[in-house]
Amino acid sequence: MTAAGASSDRFLAGVDASLPLAELGRVSTLGGRLAELRGRSVMLVTPDPFTAAIVLIELDGVARRVVLCPPDLSPAHFPQIVGEAGCDAWVGDPGTNLADLGVRTVVVPGLPVAMDLERRETQETEWILLTSGTTGAPKLVLHTLATLTNAFAGKERPAPQTVWSTFYDIRRFGGLQIFLRGLLGGSLVLSSPNESIVDFLTRAAAAGVTHISGTPSHWRKALISGAIARISPRQVRLSGEIADQAVLDALRRTFPGAIVAHAFASTEAGVGFEVRDGLAGFPAALVGAPDLPAEIDVAEGHLRLRSGGAGRCYLGTDTTPLKSADGFVDTGDRLERRGDRYHFMGRSGGIINVGGQKVHPEEVEAVINALPGVHISRVAARKNSITGAVVAAEVVRSTAAASREEIPNEELQRAILDACRKALAAHKVPASIRFVPTLEVGASGKLVRANA
Amino acid sequence: MPVRKTIEAHFEQVAREQHRQLGALTDDLELLHTGLDSLSFALIVARLEDSLGVDPFESVERFPVTFGDFVRLYESHSG
Repeated sequence: MTAAGASSDRFLAGVDASLPLAELGRVSTLGGRLAELRGRSVMLVTPDPFTAAIVLIELDGVARRVVLCPPDLSPAHFPQIVGEAGCDAWVGDPGTNLADLGVRTVVVPGLPVAMDLERRETQETEWILLTSGTTGAPKLVLHTLATLTNAFAGKERPAPQTVWSTFYDIRRFGGLQIFLRGLLGGSLVLSSPNESIVDFLTRAAAAGVTHISGTPSHWRKALISGAIARISPRQVRLSGEIADQAVLDALRRTFPGAIVAHAFASTEAGVGFEVRDGLAGFPAALVGAPDLPAEIDVAEGHLRLRSGGAGRCYLGTDTTPLKSADGFVDTGDRLERRGDRYHFMGRSGGIINVGGQKVHPEEVEAVINALPGVHISRVAARKNSITGAVVAAEVVRSTAAASREEIPNEELQRAILDACRKALAAHKVPASIRFVPTLEVGASGKLVRANA
Repeated sequence: MPVRKTIEAHFEQVAREQHRQLGALTDDLELLHTGLDSLSFALIVARLEDSLGVDPFESVERFPVTFGDFVRLYESHSG
């Protein structure tokens, strides 16, 4: 893939580097070692998204497979991912035990250098995206450029002055969509993990951003930053979390001339649909409607999507199928119908989305339940207007009379929080703990959850 | 306890828990310069909802930018 028909003034901009899009495909960051990566399964672990963008274009059509590792991926997951994706090559800073993982080739990317490359595109490269799984370990979703560009394949080429940007990292599905759209028309301003939101908005404004995308949490941060009015986009897009009415209204007030759209998309299902009427949720009329980018179905209160943009499958041995027999992907998102509209109620299985970071209740319950003085706990999402949700715990104290007398509630609460902080990442620690007399256990022996 | 004091107490408590260095909480201190991240703000808002019984962010007209804005937002929704 190249930046099709790139005129000389289209650009790709990172924090401190910029490249005319016409140069993509003619520059290399791999120091002439691209040929070594032909047909290989490559783990892409370069921290800087600008470099990652150039590497992706270099490798597409050459590597057999590329695993897009987001910058916050814990190295503890490397062995699992390398194993499941069969990676035998690595582009990024070398770690200490890559040889142990079976990685034979390591290329450390450098600055982009013009090369007289003859890039033969010999295969359809598999793009592997990561999404969170039930135990916190990532699941690997297999895409190709065909699936990843499915949602906008039929769309008109954007106007020449279009400048795309996104708060997302391009190695996540939402950011990758913007990156690929930008390659097809317009220019791109990439975000960077270490850049403050004020600096990013300032840089995007200077570049004349016209279309900008992020999660509701990104947008709330931007609204609090005081710098949001620096940009004058024509289109503001939200996806990745439930877009509540408050954030939609705040953005419409901030950008009165712009289209404010919220979209549903997931790494597995691809792009589902977009809503531009300024209201949270989506019209019930979309369900079963023809001529949409994805077919929409609601079954047992769950949103299901079918389109050519879904991932092909999961990689790895112990996984459920990505699609059901009829080709639909169950997104795991629960819906509630109110009148002629569906509203998003959160994830099934009780997965809690704290500002875009997923928490499985079971992993928090495991920590709490291990404490003396605790009989059982139930962890669930508590709605939050800053991050969408935070973690809340209900705890039943153990019945031993002695423990109840010796340890007051406040002290046990502190002990629970201390244990959670030691064992879990910050966003997984309960924001509130309530002691309750009982928790309902169903016939299956499992805790009854409000949101199965 | 006046609203402002309650808010200050929660800012300080969350900053301690999240191991963050909090600046002096003056009216014109910008929220993004407090040293707190989105998660910290989420915790503060959740705890203020428990303490004060209100979450003004559910229907906020203008998102607060400074600590003073934040306090005024809660004061206008309390009592």
